[in-house]
Order: sequence, then C-alpha cells, then structure tokens
Amino acid sequence: MTPPLLEMREISKSFGGARALDGVSFEVLPGEVHALVGENGAGKSTLMNIASGVLRPDAGRILWEGRALPDLDPRRAQQLGIAFVHQELALVPQLSVAENIFLGRHPLAELRLVDWPKMRERAHQLLAELGRPLEPDLPVGRLSVGEQQLVEIARALAFQARLVIMDEPTAALSEHEVSRLFQVIARLRQRGVSVVYITHRLREIYQTADRVTVLRDGRRVVSAPVSEMPPDLLIRHIVGRPAQEQFPPPGPPPSGPPVLRVRALSSRKRFQDVSFHVRAGEILGLAGLVGAGRTELLEALFGAPPAEAGQIWVDDRPVRIRCPLDAIRLGIALVPDDRKSKGLIPGAPVFWNLVLPSYRRFLLRPSEELARSQALMQELRIRAPGARLPVASLSGGNQQKVVLARWLLAQARVFLMDEPTRGIDVGAKAEVYQLIRRLAARGAAVVLVSSELEEVLGLADRILVMHRGRVTGELPRGEATEEAVMRLATGGAA
Amino acid sequence: MNSEASWLARTLSGVLRRFGPLLALLLMCAALALLSEHFLTVDNLLNVFRQSAVNALLALGQLTVIITAGIDLSVGSLLGLCCVLAAMALKAGVPSAAAILIALGAGAALGALNGILFTKLRLPHPFIPTLGMMNVARGLALVLTGGFPISELPSSFRYWGAGTLAGVPMPVVVVLVFCLLFHLFLTRTTPGRDLYAIGGNRQAALLCGVPVDRRLILAYALSGLMAGAGAVILAGRMNSGFPLAGVGAELDSIAAVIIGGASFFGGVGTVLGTLVGALIMGVLRNGLNLLDVSAYWQTVVIGAVIVAAVWVDVVRQRAAQRSP
Repeated sequence: MTPPLLEMREISKSFGGARALDGVSFEVLPGEVHALVGENGAGKSTLMNIASGVLRPDAGRILWEGRALPDLDPRRAQQLGIAFVHQELALVPQLSVAENIFLGRHPLAELRLVDWPKMRERAHQLLAELGRPLEPDLPVGRLSVGEQQLVEIARALAFQARLVIMDEPTAALSEHEVSRLFQVIARLRQRGVSVVYITHRLREIYQTADRVTVLRDGRRVVSAPVSEMPPDLLIRHIVGRPAQEQFPPPGPPPSGPPVLRVRALSSRKRFQDVSFHVRAGEILGLAGLVGAGRTELLEALFGAPPAEAGQIWVDDRPVRIRCPLDAIRLGIALVPDDRKSKGLIPGAPVFWNLVLPSYRRFLLRPSEELARSQALMQELRIRAPGARLPVASLSGGNQQKVVLARWLLAQARVFLMDEPTRGIDVGAKAEVYQLIRRLAARGAAVVLVSSELEEVLGLADRILVMHRGRVTGELPRGEATEEAVMRLATGGAA
Repeated sequence: MNSEASWLARTLSGVLRRFGPLLALLLMCAALALLSEHFLTVDNLLNVFRQSAVNALLALGQLTVIITAGIDLSVGSLLGLCCVLAAMALKAGVPSAAAILIALGAGAALGALNGILFTKLRLPHPFIPTLGMMNVARGLALVLTGGFPISELPSSFRYWGAGTLAGVPMPVVVVLVFCLLFHLFLTRTTPGRDLYAIGGNRQAALLCGVPVDRRLILAYALSGLMAGAGAVILAGRMNSGFPLAGVGAELDSIAAVIIGGASFFGGVGTVLGTLVGALIMGVLRNGLNLLDVSAYWQTVVIGAVIVAAVWVDVVRQRAAQRSP
C-alpha cells in the first residue's frame, strides 16, 4: 500500500496556557479530498497551520510520503508542494491574473527579464486546466471573489502543489460559484492532487469529499469515509451531543400590517426597480447569487449609502433614510454581511459594541450600560469571559451574536440581516436561527439574506429572488424549492 | 498553577500597558536625579513642565485626531498663524481677552476646515488636507507679517505665558485644566467614545449610527483649538507674535502621543499617557541640557526614543497576541 501523502502523528500544540491540539493524528491519502470539520476553536486552523509549516508543533511527528519531516517551515512546505488557500485571499489586486499566479517566481528570459509571453501563456493554460479560462491580463481586483480564489488555486498548481489546503473556500461564494469550485476540486483530484477542505457547511462535505475528519476541543473525534458518515452522526460528532432540529418550526403565518414597504427602489448599477413589503412577525428571505444586489439593497434601506430613487414607508408613513442614524431612529437594524469589516469594533470592549447604537445621550452611563449588556449576554448566551474585554477575544459565533444583540438593546423592529451565520459553527448557527425566529414571534419584521439556500428555505415565510439587481420572482413558503429559487436566481423564468 | 502564572503575566502586561510610559518617565527622573544635583529641584521640575506646556497642549489635540486613526500635520503652522493673529489684534487695540478668543477661534475654525476637507471632499487620508493646511497657514502667517515678529504685547496677555498662579506657572495651570477637560470628554461623553469607535472601525461605527463626519470634524476642530491655546501661551511667553513659531511642532506633538501609548491605527490612547509622553520629551531635553549634551545630539536621542517607544509597544502587543 502506498503511504499517505501527509501523515501527522500525535500532534500537540498549546498557546500560552490554552491547549489547541492534544495528540491529534491526521492522514491525507494521495489524490483524495479530505474534509476537516469542527466547531470554531476545535483546532482545524492550527492543525493546518502546522501542516503548512507556519506553526511548529510542541509534540508529534509529520511524515511526507512516509519520510519524517523534522523541521517543516513555510519554505520547505512550498518546496514539497503544500499550498494553503486562505480565507482571506493573499492576492495583489492591482496586478494582473498572470502576475498574481507567478508572483515571486516569474518565468525569466534573457538578462533575467520577465518573460511576459511565456507567463501569460502558462497562466492561460493553468486556468484552462481548471476549467475556467480567465483573461490573464485582467487586474485581479476586478474579479469576483470566486474568480480570485481560482487564481489562488492556479498559483498553487503553478508551484506544482500536491496538497492544496482550503480554509472555508465557499464562505464568500454564491451557490453558483460553489458548484464551479467543486468542478475545480474534481479536476485537482483527477490530476492526483490531494485537497484538505475546511468547512462549516455539512452539505458540501457530501458533495465533494471522499473522507472526513472531525475535530472537537483539540482532539480528533473520528476519521472515516464520507459514505459511512450520515449527517446526524456527523453533527453529533461535531457538537458532541445529539443533533437537534436545525431550524425551529415556523409559527402561524404572519398577518400583521406591513412594517416596511418599498416601491421602485433603484440605485444605479447596484439594483433597479425593487418593490416589496415585510409584515410584523414575518421573515422575508432574499435569495440570489452573490452580486445580485442583495447586500447593496439592504445597505440602501439602512442609508449606507441611500438609494437614488424610489419610496420607502415605515408603518405606512413615507420616510427618507439618508444615513444610518435616520434608519436607526425609525427602528431599522442592519446586521452587515461581514462582521469583521462592518460589524464590530474589534479592539473595543464587548459592552461598547453592544450599546453603541442605543446609548446616544451626551454623558455616558457606564454602570447602566454594563448592567444591561451583561443581562443581554446572559439572555442570548453570549459566552465571553467579561463584558469589558475586547470583542475580538470572542469566538466567531459569539461575535455574531453581539452584532445581533446590539439591535435588541436599540429596540429595533425591522431587522435587515445579511448573511447572519457566515463563518460560524453549527452550534452557534442553530442559536442564531432560534433567535431570528424568536424576534419574528415577538413581532419584528425580518429581511434575511443568505447564500446558503437551505437557510433561506428553512427560515423564511416568503422568499424574494433577485437576479442582476432586479427582483425576478416571489415564492411563498409552500412553493419554495431549491430548484425554483435557483431558476429565478440565475435569470430563468419562474 | 499554570493559570496563576498566566494570570500574573496578564496582570503585569496590563499594568505595563496602562502605566508603561509613566514608569519610563519615573525611571528617567530617577536616573537624572542621580546624575545631576540640579535636576530634582522644584524650580527645575516646574521649568521642565513649563517648557513642555506648548507641546502638551498640541499633543492633546493631536491625541483626539490620532484616536480616530487620523493625523494632523497642520498644528505647528496653525500655532504660528494664531500667534500672529493674536499679536496683530492686540496691536490694533483689541483687549487681551478678545485676542485670546481670536487665537482659539481661528485655530478651531481652521482645524474644522481640515476635518471638512477630509470628510466632505472624501480625500483618501487626513495627511492630505492637513499637509495642505500646514503650508497655507504658515504662508498666511508670513504674508500677514512680512516675516517679521510682532513684539511688545500687553502684560495682561503675557500673563498667560509668563505669569504664575499661586506660584505655579500659568502654562502649567492651563495644561492641567485642558488635560482634565479632554480626559472627561474622551472618557465620559458619547462624542468622546465615538472617536474611539471611529478609530477602531470607521465603517462599523457608521453602521451603528455614529455621525462619523461630524465627529471627525469635531476632532480636527479640537486639534486646531489646541494650536490656538498653544499660541496664546507661546506668544505670551516670548512677548511676540512670531510667524515662524511652531515650525516642526506637529512632529513633536505626534511623538508625544505615540510615546504616550496611543496607536497610529486608531482606537487607542489616553490623556494621561499623552501628558506623560510630552513630559518624557521635556525631561529628555532638560536632562541632556543639564548633562551638557549639545542640542544637535538631543535631536538624535529624541528620534531614537520615538522609535524605541513604538518598538516596545509592538513587541508587547505581539507577545499579547501569542497567548490568546
């Protein structure tokens, strides 16, 4: 039998006092797609950082094709053919596709000058092999996230990668781009390249992986072929307790008056002629591909920046929303799509992040702010060592709950939620779903944008589908199927 | 046991973070007290404080701007322009109180203009408008005076720079009062907290309903206001409105803020740290004088201290990140 391509034996690693990995063993076979799953903090990223030489293990051995690698560092890892495609892509936006692929290793002609024709040709060839011919001269900054990811994968191939590690590659992709990524992964496998695939989306494991390894609290729980691992069992391994119903059951169909009504909202290039309403107690799903204009629409409803044309009513009164403050005063809340860049002030204490929109009087009231924050943290089970610590010290799921919780304090009645579960683990997701349902049950109107179709299908009372900035259809809960939504989202007729 | 050790380490690094600059200042004072018998006298210490006063005032304004992740390069030139404006007003027979208001008002207005240019013209970085203002204000000061100082100011005006209150030099009194006001503003009010929020993440602050543009304009206006306050002290002490007053002062004020533990990336910084930063620079200059080190070498030492202070901060932060 051929030895595993990469074998990690009894790896342990601690940071300060905290044990991140505790005797974890992990093998990647040649040409397999190996999914690595677990809640945030389970040790996935640490393990892969060790595999790519970024971190050194405190104990344990690493073998490459059966030979020991006593001191693996990033350079050595690259020479061996280990490539890490990070969540935050490491590309230079101003440089072209070809330049990014060969960054640091341009093919050289005479006099050590860059051999441009050769570079462009090889870039073209690599992208074609991945099934996506991109123009090699295009600046990378003009590409979509999915295309940028492709460039990074092409870069890995250009360096003769034999093991490609992907850290949540689909977090920022639309369903459509995800299926293209899977085709690329299939091609990698055909070429004999092994792939380690870190993800929180369990469905993807069944679509793309051969084997799966589950980590929990720094230990390996199980490694098994995907075919022997039904979803409930997988969830039970991940969370360490029996799988609960992921989506709480829907309440009675909402019949309240429309809280938010929008007519012919347009904003040049971003979205056109959008009309809809949301009732009190209703969850309106907004489906579509990334780039369909959903994020832009939500941000326009929040005044950041406002739409250029169209009318908005709140409680049947016409309103103008020119900046976020206008929206907040009308009881509108925005949970932005990217909590790092738009949602949190990472270095500020948790309680500041909670009270910022609601405590706007000239003098601060620290003890009251702290008390109400702590009460809220308890109610929503936000796990933090303290309300005065920087919010950056919390796990992703708890950070996301902070972003949501601040609008409960502000007593918002309309919740615009953009990807509210992006990049958080299964357990935290279920809690966010419950919270969304609870908000609706209390009479809030929710507009939910998500690239995970099952999330929209599982939560929404009604689904609006957008394609290229326009609403292409509306589906009530009963009629919404994945196929129906995807048809509308890709521009097909209903 | 392990957790106790890490608790101790955390507490220690917390203490260092909050009081590191203060400890450095005390160590420097102790060293200088041993090296020179003249250092630890009431007269000399008040002298150090008085000489640091203008820098401390500018640094307070600079602090509010740096907290928002900005920078104000114009404060030195605004200081010069405000000196000239106050002196011209006094020469025209305007009462001292009004001349002071003119200096403060002009500083605040031009500072606000910095903020307006930065936010409303959507310039990419505050470096640009304040660099422009740095040149414009200095140019105006020279145009208005033809390059000559305006001297012989009335004593009621000079009192603010050269007088004493209960034996304490007025510049020291003014600095302490402004420190208290800025401390209260930054730690006890919503606009003050908004500045930290903007520096921590401008987009997130905006989406939380912080009126970002208004707050930024306020921060730059406060910085200009402190240039006006510094101008009153300096013109009073020198008994003249000198158009080249404050050349390079913007860099000293930035140095004081950074030595005092604030971060160029925004969201971090305290009034106490900034005051200590200004005093560290003052004590360094004074101590090197007492030790007969030439003014040329003093500049070298101060440059090295700035880099060392930030380096220590970076090392400490990296250590903190390594043990999450």
